[in-house]
Amino acid sequence: MQQFLLKHFEAIRTTIAILIGMLICILLIILVSSSPGDSISTFLFGPFSSQRTIASIFEIATPIIFTGVALSIAFQAEQFYIGAEGAFYITAAVGTAFAVSTSMPWFFHIPLILIVSGTFGGLWGLVPGYLKARFNTSEVVTALMLNFVALYAGLFLINNFFRDRAAGFMVSFRLPESAELPRLIDRTRIHWGVVLALLVALWAYYFLYHTRTGYEIRTVGHNQKFARFGGINVFKVIIIVHILTGAIAGMGGVVEIMGIHRRFNWQDLPGQGWDGVIVAIIGRNHPLYVVAAAVFLGYLRVGGQQLRLMSDVPFELVLVIQSAIILLITARAFLSQWESRMVIRQAGEEADA
Amino acid sequence: MTSLLDSIFSVEFLFAVLRVSTPLIFPALGVAITAMSGNINIGLEGIMLIAAFTGVIVSIYTESLMLALLAGVASGIFFGAALGYFHLKLKADIILAAVALNFLASGLTIFLLIVITGGRNTSALRSLTFPSFSIPLLRSIPILGPVLSGHNIMTYVAFLSVLVYYIVMFKTPLGLRIRAVGQNPDAARSVGIDVDRVKLYALMISGVFGALGGLYLSMGYVSWFSRDMVAGRGFIAVAAATMGSNLSLGTLLGSMLFGLVNTLTIYIASLDIPSDLVQSIPYLATVIVLAVYSARNFAPRKRRAAHRRRQRAQAHGKDT
Repeated sequence: MQQFLLKHFEAIRTTIAILIGMLICILLIILVSSSPGDSISTFLFGPFSSQRTIASIFEIATPIIFTGVALSIAFQAEQFYIGAEGAFYITAAVGTAFAVSTSMPWFFHIPLILIVSGTFGGLWGLVPGYLKARFNTSEVVTALMLNFVALYAGLFLINNFFRDRAAGFMVSFRLPESAELPRLIDRTRIHWGVVLALLVALWAYYFLYHTRTGYEIRTVGHNQKFARFGGINVFKVIIIVHILTGAIAGMGGVVEIMGIHRRFNWQDLPGQGWDGVIVAIIGRNHPLYVVAAAVFLGYLRVGGQQLRLMSDVPFELVLVIQSAIILLITARAFLSQWESRMVIRQAGEEADA
Repeated sequence: MTSLLDSIFSVEFLFAVLRVSTPLIFPALGVAITAMSGNINIGLEGIMLIAAFTGVIVSIYTESLMLALLAGVASGIFFGAALGYFHLKLKADIILAAVALNFLASGLTIFLLIVITGGRNTSALRSLTFPSFSIPLLRSIPILGPVLSGHNIMTYVAFLSVLVYYIVMFKTPLGLRIRAVGQNPDAARSVGIDVDRVKLYALMISGVFGALGGLYLSMGYVSWFSRDMVAGRGFIAVAAATMGSNLSLGTLLGSMLFGLVNTLTIYIASLDIPSDLVQSIPYLATVIVLAVYSARNFAPRKRRAAHRRRQRAQAHGKDT
């Protein structure tokens, strides 16, 4: 039992954090709702109430899988590149521009758009990556700045060159049909992007845990000095990590446009880059767990929407609990005393035996 | 074009620059003081939002500006201390903890606002505001007078805060400790400084600055609270402080550059100049400044390291 607990300590810690988050949420509902029982069941079971709500869980999760997987690669190397938001946005704008101004059959068009935007996203990530690797410039600050640059450059690009003036509001031209990701399931907005997201997550898992470069990335994350001493080219690792993060997050942005909106309609940063930080934390930077975390976040969000529609509890409850959960998970000392006590006890038992 | 120049060099424009800069100067000082202690604080966004909210609610329920100010500042200190608790005591990464706290601030304020008002009509809540202040002698100086006089009192507090920051940072033992901890925590520890405590103080002081910025936003700049009204100013503050190397005057100028550009975009919106591009300039400039700065810092260190390596190789060569 003890061995089992110790072996899966991180998973148990995460589960406890999620349970505490849900408990806080139920307490808050009891505090503010006039019919707490109904509200709680709306929140917990509402997301499964219809095909439409179940579908929206996956619609919400799809772009967050991209940004979450992207960030988990960066976080594994202890690179706090929080620029997924900007990469997501600007690449979606550039990808839209490319898609609108070219036309070809879909089996060329879709892969080409993904390649072009992936390349662009990678270059976008290269800027903070190079500065960090070469001069040790804080990637946190440069990425934060580039988020704003992405916003304004994206707006400039779309509003000045690709704006559909026939539409009543600030949106780009509609994507040609050859650039649309088809719906996967009828009567929902689930599209082929979810398959792409899963493929990216699988690839990232393979890359991080079963390739040499992946091993190097994780080693740099554990201990950069040790990695350097062991002959790992830290410069190369940091560059690769930033390029991959930018590329994957950026592809997520363009996939969201190609699958859901079908035209660029964000006049502000959409937030999926920050959501990626949340799921990377909950998924403990493991690409496959990140997928589960993104679905969980989608579930929470749909639960919040149901609350807004059917009860007197505000949607923002969800933001409160998701931040409580990630605070507990990032707090490395949370429950660590319990762990060390178990380790000591086990060591004692082994010594006795 | 001449009309643009006319309007830029007008009294109204310069007045507006000071007004727009105020909610950037406060959080930039908060970022600067934590940066001096060796931490990047991207949590000012949340601190400002919480304080803006607390101020409005307390001012409505107590009808007292003083209590609103105190409660707002207390909420900022609490928030800064919470960030410190998670980072220093519970060993969370400060960037991730700050991201989480920003989310918390964004959700909690709206959650409480809806619960307190019982509905979504938040514009009905009119907050008290800090008074404007007209400086008797200054007022009568031509041109300079109308630009500098008649601002909200918090604008003057912002400029005073820059002075306070300078004095705290460079003329007090606390400032010396903060700088020592930021430059070399191990050396600071070896002379008996409680590194975690000093970092906590820096975060709490940054909470005060952030709170003043947030209070000005909801109780001076406008007179209500609205969803995510800080709108990235906490992040701009990181840019402004970085641009000014976290020094008092530099941080002030950095904040005012962003204030200038933001005001400019309002003025040129009617003209045929792409305001989006103009708005991105200060952020790009920050990246460039940061790159040049760290490249310059990096070069001598590298040369020293190479020198050491050579010496070691020589010593080694003699031994064998």
